[in-house]
Amino acid sequence: MSARESLRIGTGAGFSGDRIEPAIVLAERGDVDFLVFECLAERTIALAQLERLKDPARGFDPRLEERMEALLAICRRQGIRIITNSGAANPLAGARAIAAIARRLGLRGMKVAAVTGDDVLGHLREHAETYKREYPELAAIEDRIISANAYLGAEPIVTALDGGADIVITGRVADPALFLAPLVHTFRWSMTDWPLMGKGILVGHLMECAGQLTGGYFADPPLCTVPDIADLGFPIAEVSASGEVVFTKAPRTGGFLSIATCTQQLLYEVHDPREYVTPDVVADFSAVRFFEIGPNRVGAEGASGRRHPDKLKVVAAYLDGYIGEGQLSYAGPNALARAQLALDIVRERLRRAGMSDHELRCELIGINSVVQTADLTSSSDPRELRIRVAGRARTARDAARIGDEVEALYTNGPAGGGGATKAVREVIALLPMLIPRDSANPRITVEET
Amino acid sequence: MMKLHALAHARSGDKGDICNIAVIAYEIATYPAIASHLTAERVRQHFAATVSGPVERYELPHLGALNFVLHGALAGGVNRSLALDTHGKCYAALLLDIELPESSRVP
Repeated sequence: MSARESLRIGTGAGFSGDRIEPAIVLAERGDVDFLVFECLAERTIALAQLERLKDPARGFDPRLEERMEALLAICRRQGIRIITNSGAANPLAGARAIAAIARRLGLRGMKVAAVTGDDVLGHLREHAETYKREYPELAAIEDRIISANAYLGAEPIVTALDGGADIVITGRVADPALFLAPLVHTFRWSMTDWPLMGKGILVGHLMECAGQLTGGYFADPPLCTVPDIADLGFPIAEVSASGEVVFTKAPRTGGFLSIATCTQQLLYEVHDPREYVTPDVVADFSAVRFFEIGPNRVGAEGASGRRHPDKLKVVAAYLDGYIGEGQLSYAGPNALARAQLALDIVRERLRRAGMSDHELRCELIGINSVVQTADLTSSSDPRELRIRVAGRARTARDAARIGDEVEALYTNGPAGGGGATKAVREVIALLPMLIPRDSANPRITVEET
Repeated sequence: MMKLHALAHARSGDKGDICNIAVIAYEIATYPAIASHLTAERVRQHFAATVSGPVERYELPHLGALNFVLHGALAGGVNRSLALDTHGKCYAALLLDIELPESSRVP
């Protein structure tokens, strides 16, 4: 492998439901070496685990196959390697699914590596007594835990890339580590060079939300305008062997990059900027500066880092009852009074059914469902608004009662309500924990096509 | 009086029951005025109806940015919350509703 001076990484997805077209554009004309798809949110693995329990051949991100259908051939043609955490609760099955698609498309000689070892449920159960002393909450939820996954770092991905993998699919990994790994692999960075690891994590943190860097989630016209948002291009990071980075996007795509868009993403989900904790390094973003080099080219400098933490973050997911809700619209003259009457009726009926007030939320969408201090008397005369009742229940049946009572307003409530909707969802709550670094044992399994 | 919305843009993020809101001045010259009025306590009061814990403020003057960390802000977090906006993604825009003296503009 010849010494590389720079590397171009593109973000193919910033979350599980992200658009696919911009990833295709990146593959076609982004001139990237790697495409990273970040598709796991906090509770996604728990949902995937429930699916895996029903069908052992599933449990990876539901949109993985659709993405790979759209991208495998072109990535193969362009020599683009793929890294993704779409493995969710079943990276091995995810790897097999990708390999099957590749074979069907006639793409032979590809290596698909699955990274496992983030699943530490067995470890928690084995040392239950120890962890229950440290986390007393664990005792109450023990029987309802469905998954426990540690946030792995970049190392197992680096190992898979070193082994020649064209595609690496993982379970739970720290999001920025998905981007740090190709940098370490390509430039042979030392993973104990903390300032350099901090620079790599800066790249990952800016890139991990895709369109949020290139003018997505930014427009606020006329104060803040973004060109061609419908055609928003996903970002590209150009990184040098010494850790310098320029952020950009593919030509002829919408959106833009500026110091402003980059600063917003820098602080996204960050608390103390001096201490951004990841499994690989505690990054320090407090001295980061951005500078515009040219149209849609923004450089960053000043990231550093300190020694990685002694422990790994784990998220244990457990079942915690249900949430039910119902909504209904009112419009025209006196809509507000009819809506308020509707809420009073539903509240009273649910109270009689034993659902206490503090577990119930009754609000008016368009008035106070987000702005909770909204002063109703000053809302004058809304031409339309929508009631929303949401509540917690231990069983799905009780949760469904809430939506049922809202729907029942059709024939049992004030005049003119329309467009009823109702829903029940199972609550998957999360317990964050810390475990010793060596309690997680990453493994790499390769599928060849 | 004027709204912070005219001087800065903002974005919120969630982690468990914690919401962070980054407030970034459009023009760095307005940062000192923003920073003097937009204290952690001011932000805490603005969200008093929904935030049960303390509010911290981190300063990045070289970026014209303030980062607020609001504890107990999300009714238990995105999975347990009964709210419509469980992530608190609308909080950033709600913060931009805060009023500042007209003198905060660039002179």
